[in-house]
Amino acid sequence: MRHLLSTRSLDRDAAVRLLDIAEDMADTQTREVRKLPTLRGKTVVNLFFEDSTRTRMSFEAAAKRLSADVINFSAKGSSVSKGESLKDTAQTLQAIGADAVVIRHSASGAPQTLADSGWIQAGVLNAGDGTHEHPTQALLDAFTMRRRRHGAASRGRDLDGFRVTIVGDVLHSRVARSNVWLLSTLGAEVTLVGPPTLMPLGTAAWPATIGYDLDAAVDAGPDALMMLRIQAERMNDAYFPNAREYSRLWGLDDRRLSRLPGRSIVMHPGPMNRGLEISARAADDPRSSVLEQVANGVSVRMAALYLLLSGAGEDPTS
Amino acid sequence: MTTRAFLITGARLADGRTTDIRIEAGRVTELGAGLDARGAETIDASGLIALPGLVDLHTHLREPGYEQSETVLTGTRAAAAGGFTTVFAMANTSPVADTAGVVEQELALGEAAGYARVQPIGAVTVGLQGERLAELGAMARSRAAVRVFSDDGFCVSDSRLMRRALEYVKTVDGVIAQHAQDPALTVGAQMNEGTVSAELGLTGWPAVAEESIIARDVLLAEHVGARLHVCHLSTAGSVEVLRWAKARGAQVTAEVTPHHLLLTEELVRGYDPRYKVNPPLRRQEDVDALRLAVADGTIDIVATDHAPHPVEAKECEWPAAANGMVGLESALSVVQATLVDPGHVGWSDVARILSEAPARIGRITGQGEPIAVGSTAEITLYDPSPVRPFGTDRLRGQAVNSPFIGTELPGRVVWTFHDGYPTLADGELREPDDIAAELVRA
Ligand SMILES: [Zn+2]
Repeated sequence: MRHLLSTRSLDRDAAVRLLDIAEDMADTQTREVRKLPTLRGKTVVNLFFEDSTRTRMSFEAAAKRLSADVINFSAKGSSVSKGESLKDTAQTLQAIGADAVVIRHSASGAPQTLADSGWIQAGVLNAGDGTHEHPTQALLDAFTMRRRRHGAASRGRDLDGFRVTIVGDVLHSRVARSNVWLLSTLGAEVTLVGPPTLMPLGTAAWPATIGYDLDAAVDAGPDALMMLRIQAERMNDAYFPNAREYSRLWGLDDRRLSRLPGRSIVMHPGPMNRGLEISARAADDPRSSVLEQVANGVSVRMAALYLLLSGAGEDPTS
Repeated sequence: MTTRAFLITGARLADGRTTDIRIEAGRVTELGAGLDARGAETIDASGLIALPGLVDLHTHLREPGYEQSETVLTGTRAAAAGGFTTVFAMANTSPVADTAGVVEQELALGEAAGYARVQPIGAVTVGLQGERLAELGAMARSRAAVRVFSDDGFCVSDSRLMRRALEYVKTVDGVIAQHAQDPALTVGAQMNEGTVSAELGLTGWPAVAEESIIARDVLLAEHVGARLHVCHLSTAGSVEVLRWAKARGAQVTAEVTPHHLLLTEELVRGYDPRYKVNPPLRRQEDVDALRLAVADGTIDIVATDHAPHPVEAKECEWPAAANGMVGLESALSVVQATLVDPGHVGWSDVARILSEAPARIGRITGQGEPIAVGSTAEITLYDPSPVRPFGTDRLRGQAVNSPFIGTELPGRVVWTFHDGYPTLADGELREPDDIAAELVRA
């Protein structure tokens, strides 16, 4: 894999292979010595133009457990915030000798621009671009669903017939987009629910069903219910009247939680607004996979870095 | 005007007739077969189409203020290379062309360069701010004799101000050229709103933001009995609104750009900022509707919206990139590819939509005249036959932000005559010193 820019460009076999490698990586994380020598001598740069401590930490942990050298480059307070262009930054990283660049950027398409530019030879891993995609988040979500469904027998399997409902601000969500493509590629049935103002226009061809009624979606008994983070500021742009109404109509509250089947997984990409899109009880419920998602994130990112940086074919965990 | 005489032999006029054309002292003095070459430099134009010099109603020359993008000299060189003899220069310079002083300066820069007539467009509102009317009367009465007023780049969105502007320019037979974009519906807009924007996660620029403004403006123009020109119409819905307005008898004209006749939003998928433009590239259905609208006369003209930018403005992530494409050098080839070759229009229509009608809308004389004895010697000789990839070698302005680089396009402008002298000779742009000599000779 030269770059990982989106899940839309992943086919089923490539996705399953990445998830399987993530399983191998997860196995190593139960060993006493968790560090693998796989990427010794490789340099991974975390290039974050947008603050995201949790995602950066996850990538940093993944790279370090594979013995890569990690350089964290936060654009805030650096030359970038003083007007340095993406091109200059990329050429600097090229000169430093970066083998992979993990990029988080507020501009949709920035990772693709970096990958296509010729400014840098490194593999590019999209860690979230604008409202476009966040492929490793979707991969860790799929990984979490597959483990919940198939447990130790997960390897080689997809999510055929798995029913996933994603709730909230789909319009501004890179997590939702990456999940729609990846989950449908893996055979899952995807439903999107939220206020019409927060659904993108032009989704007729998406492999997803779109609805506005969360109660109906809960009563349909989905295998996974993924609550997206809602930014309260959206009400200032008239996407919805206020937080209270949003919460009442599209929040996972205790009443809806009680109607959800026992086998359903409650998911959230974090960070959560407890009491807004998800109640505290739902977040802490045994059905919630929020902390599993965080742990699985490291395994999935190890797998992605491995596929980007090492020659294919060898055992990643030896 | 020059004292030189030229005999163009065997050219095909827009109406299909083949003729020799004698040019003397800035005028066409003779037409016919087998004309005497006495005292004239002879140009073999067999196989070439002779069009009245092209007139672009929508050019951004960037000077004064943004000389790193383009100057009047470099922009008019691009114009000459594309077969244009007149460019209407948009007002969004720095300072903004909102006073008689600035438009006269723009006019003078064009005269000094000598590659094409530069006809200034005046701003509608002071500083393009959309708050107070600029000195429209003073600009109209200045040496630049401004008749076209536009805040292009911005929409005159305030309905009352738009009404006043339309009414006010009636005194000078002026026209308001509107950049139709409801600002409230396009906050942060990056590309056409639809299936592609949904996928790419780029903020959408909905067609309705253009169509609703056009609908309002044609009603206003009709109400006050004034002239409206719609810039760079880009959607099938806008075509419908315009067709309706014309049927009602509103005094409205409209332009489409070459890029909206050829390119679609699918090109945005790679996030290559060369394809970032305002209004954005739309769907194939829109492209098809625009072509048909030119064919049936609903759209009056093709105008380039030539918008040069320095390299760094396009060498970046999509949302940070500037809007705009250069278009003067490629316009005629794109018109041939999208309108002539598919059979939507003939060459006489090309003369109308790229020369006669824009000159008439802009109320200038001595341009856009059919080639006839006594007409001004503003002539473009065009070879429609070669088809080849459009390359940066074809670009003659300062900027290279063309969306057509690498695209197979037909045709090549071979000669451009402005005011009786060649600005483009046998495919080569003439040097500024040679042009200066022509100006002295006059
Ligand atoms: Zn415009």
